[in-house]
Amino acid sequence: MSQPRGDASLIWAVRGLAVASGGIVLLIVAFLALEAIPALREVGLRRFFTDASWHPADGADRGAFNLVPMVAGTLTVATGAVLIATPLGIASALFCRFYAPGALGRAYRRLVELLAGIPSVVYGFWGLVVLTPLIRQWQPPGQSLLAGILILTVMILPTVALLSESSLRSIPAAYLRGATALGLSRWATIRGVALPAARSGIFTAVILATGRAVGETMAVLMVMGNIVQVPGSVFDPVRTLTANIALEMGYAMEVHRSALFVTGLMLMAIVVVLVAANARLGREGRRA
Amino acid sequence: MRDAPAPAVPSLPRGGTDWADRAVTAAVWSVALLFTGVFLWIVGDLVRHGLPHLSWGFLTDAPMDAGRAGGIAPILVSTFLIVGVCLAVSLPLGVGTAVFLAEFSRGESLPARLVRGSLDVLAGVPSIVFGLFGNALFSLYLGMGFSILSGGLTLACMVLPILIRSTEEGLRAVPDDYRKAAAALGLSRTATLWRILLPAATPGLVVGLVLGIGRALSETAALLFTSGYVARMPGSLLDSGRSLTVHIYDLAMNVPGGEANAYATAVVLVTLLLVINMLTFQIADRWLHRRITRT
Amino acid sequence: MRRRAVTLSNLPALMGLAFAAACSPGTEGAGSGDGTLEGRITITGSSTVAPLMGEVARRFEAEHPGVRVDVQTGGTSRGIADVRRRVAQIGMISRGLRPEEEDLDAVAVALDGITLIVHRDNHVATLSHDQVVDIFTGRVRRWDTVGGREAEITVVSKADGRATLELFLDHFGLRRDEIHPSLVIGDNQHGIRSVAGDPAAIAYVSIGTAAFESSQGRAIRMLPLDGVEPTLAAVQSGEFPASRPLNLVTFGDRSPPVQAFLSFAASERVQDLVEAQYFVPAPR
Repeated sequence: MSQPRGDASLIWAVRGLAVASGGIVLLIVAFLALEAIPALREVGLRRFFTDASWHPADGADRGAFNLVPMVAGTLTVATGAVLIATPLGIASALFCRFYAPGALGRAYRRLVELLAGIPSVVYGFWGLVVLTPLIRQWQPPGQSLLAGILILTVMILPTVALLSESSLRSIPAAYLRGATALGLSRWATIRGVALPAARSGIFTAVILATGRAVGETMAVLMVMGNIVQVPGSVFDPVRTLTANIALEMGYAMEVHRSALFVTGLMLMAIVVVLVAANARLGREGRRA
Repeated sequence: MRDAPAPAVPSLPRGGTDWADRAVTAAVWSVALLFTGVFLWIVGDLVRHGLPHLSWGFLTDAPMDAGRAGGIAPILVSTFLIVGVCLAVSLPLGVGTAVFLAEFSRGESLPARLVRGSLDVLAGVPSIVFGLFGNALFSLYLGMGFSILSGGLTLACMVLPILIRSTEEGLRAVPDDYRKAAAALGLSRTATLWRILLPAATPGLVVGLVLGIGRALSETAALLFTSGYVARMPGSLLDSGRSLTVHIYDLAMNVPGGEANAYATAVVLVTLLLVINMLTFQIADRWLHRRITRT
Repeated sequence: MRRRAVTLSNLPALMGLAFAAACSPGTEGAGSGDGTLEGRITITGSSTVAPLMGEVARRFEAEHPGVRVDVQTGGTSRGIADVRRRVAQIGMISRGLRPEEEDLDAVAVALDGITLIVHRDNHVATLSHDQVVDIFTGRVRRWDTVGGREAEITVVSKADGRATLELFLDHFGLRRDEIHPSLVIGDNQHGIRSVAGDPAAIAYVSIGTAAFESSQGRAIRMLPLDGVEPTLAAVQSGEFPASRPLNLVTFGDRSPPVQAFLSFAASERVQDLVEAQYFVPAPR
């Protein structure tokens, strides 16, 4: 394909920008790896999976460095939140697009946008002051996996809802008119036409929401109790990898500090695995 | 009013008679109610605790006594500057990348897959890691110190995936007929992009912008280590400046008796967000309108 | 707002400036000829000390208009690391110096004590040294064992490395891995919140914070530590058994503005500020 000269420079410009955007992750990983080297050298990667517990402040020899319970914590809380937030978020987008009368739909959308912007500190504070005492009355100690799942659900719902709604909105009107002309009911149109057409956008929404759930720090730290253990029930307090970094970074020295960067690398590994799995599922979904 | 430029979407038939249709209608309405309920609960709590401490002076005074007294004027200014730097960098980078992904690469080609994959990973990077990274790269290695510039650049990295993804979705939603018609008319791809594709993709871009600003305004962990903690009026982008969220976090978790002003600051932040959302959509509408009538 | 527009339109120029600044070394100030101080001081470190230093810095700037003092936070270890890397001239640490930190010079600006807090509705009047040890090591799990109501104890502790945890362990002669908490928290206010929301909780926090919060009607109560009532007076007199210094540290030589700030921060001229942040002025 031959290009006019102006187009060539445009293409090179967008290629350059794309490379820059794509390169940021590499920079971040390189930086984490660099800081993690002392701990990996002195403690060894194995002990991050096999040690009895997590007591990194005692130094490389006497300390304990097991990250597995925190990996479990991160995965359970994120999975729980995404499982709840996805159907709710899609329902919310459908409400906005197809069910609510015009003005109500717009007002509702504004409300969801506002929720998207409430700082995680505020969610965390609300969770700590309102939510965890409620859960405590039911099953102590209140600060728990459940509290984390609920808070994260509220936090990632707007992401799912807004992005799903915007992809529902970009479905060509002709599709919907066609379905209506065939005499399909509202739900049949949504199920048969709207949702399939918006699938890739909804998928994007869920990926972004998962990323947010895995990476959320402040709110999770405030409501989840931060005990290093594999959760036995939703009422158990749990520590996530992010909370581990935020809790200890300010006071960690030497190997302890470096071990927290290993925590960061572990987090990146989880994100990479999730993204790869999502991409695979996505490809299969699109083929089906 | 914010609907896509396509002709108004037909409303779907309302009166469903089969039970599935009714059950779904009920479910969708309950989700919306639940959502609204949670929203009112959280925001109601904020307003109830924060509003009594709000006054004009709160917006125009400097904080006193570690933030327990006084206002938040310098913090507001710092926040605007941080978000400004963030958008100034992330918008061109984000739109450019989205254009590359949606228009100038085949979806399954290796470069596109690499960029997209790395962006998906970037979207999952925890804010605290962004904080440590921004501190190391911008503050220390590039010598920007604790500054509004460091903070804004760190946030730019953070909001990039959101911005790119929604702009890309917006571009993909533009029917291929537009591109074919433009090509048939002999428009260069540059002109097609500026005159047709970007205007048509504006709704996506705007969603990304709103989500991105929301994310930037509500970020704490990434800013604590980059733009810093100084609550003085910034003189330039190289000064350290405390953002609204850092202020809220410090008052709520670190300063005994700071809670009242933490709530008041949170109310200001949420109001600010509401205003920005409305302005963004208004501007986007006007821009869209102009673009379309001209082309 | 006008200022913002101007600044942003200059963004490219400013970014260039930033990179230029990268090449020129830092912010160290110097005394100019006529005895007035000039320069910029960056202070980083403990989040416990940061709010106090912010106020001290503001007063210092008022007396020395040529000096800008930037206070950053991020934790004790950050203060030490930044001073050693010369990113900051002064570090804030919420504990004493350790043997491996002898390369630093410390100036105490205030004292802080830690004490045990329980929920206001918890009627246990006092706990002996051994009872506290038993509770935190998990040998005693219920309040009725130590004279309280029938409830499982929620033991609230702090994350590894936190200065308050170190002091607590020191005082009770415990090792990190002996403690079995039900919840682990970050900052002091997080602890206060956790206890105020849980009638069966026990935690250790800074005395000043606890005294302020309970005077504001927060649902917490302080317990005596080894029989000594937790008051700021007891910390000041040295009678209270678990107290810590809040220090400013420097690494190597001190420029005139830094020297002036250190003596200012340790002087009587900031005593009211120290007290306003619920700490005890350091003995001099």
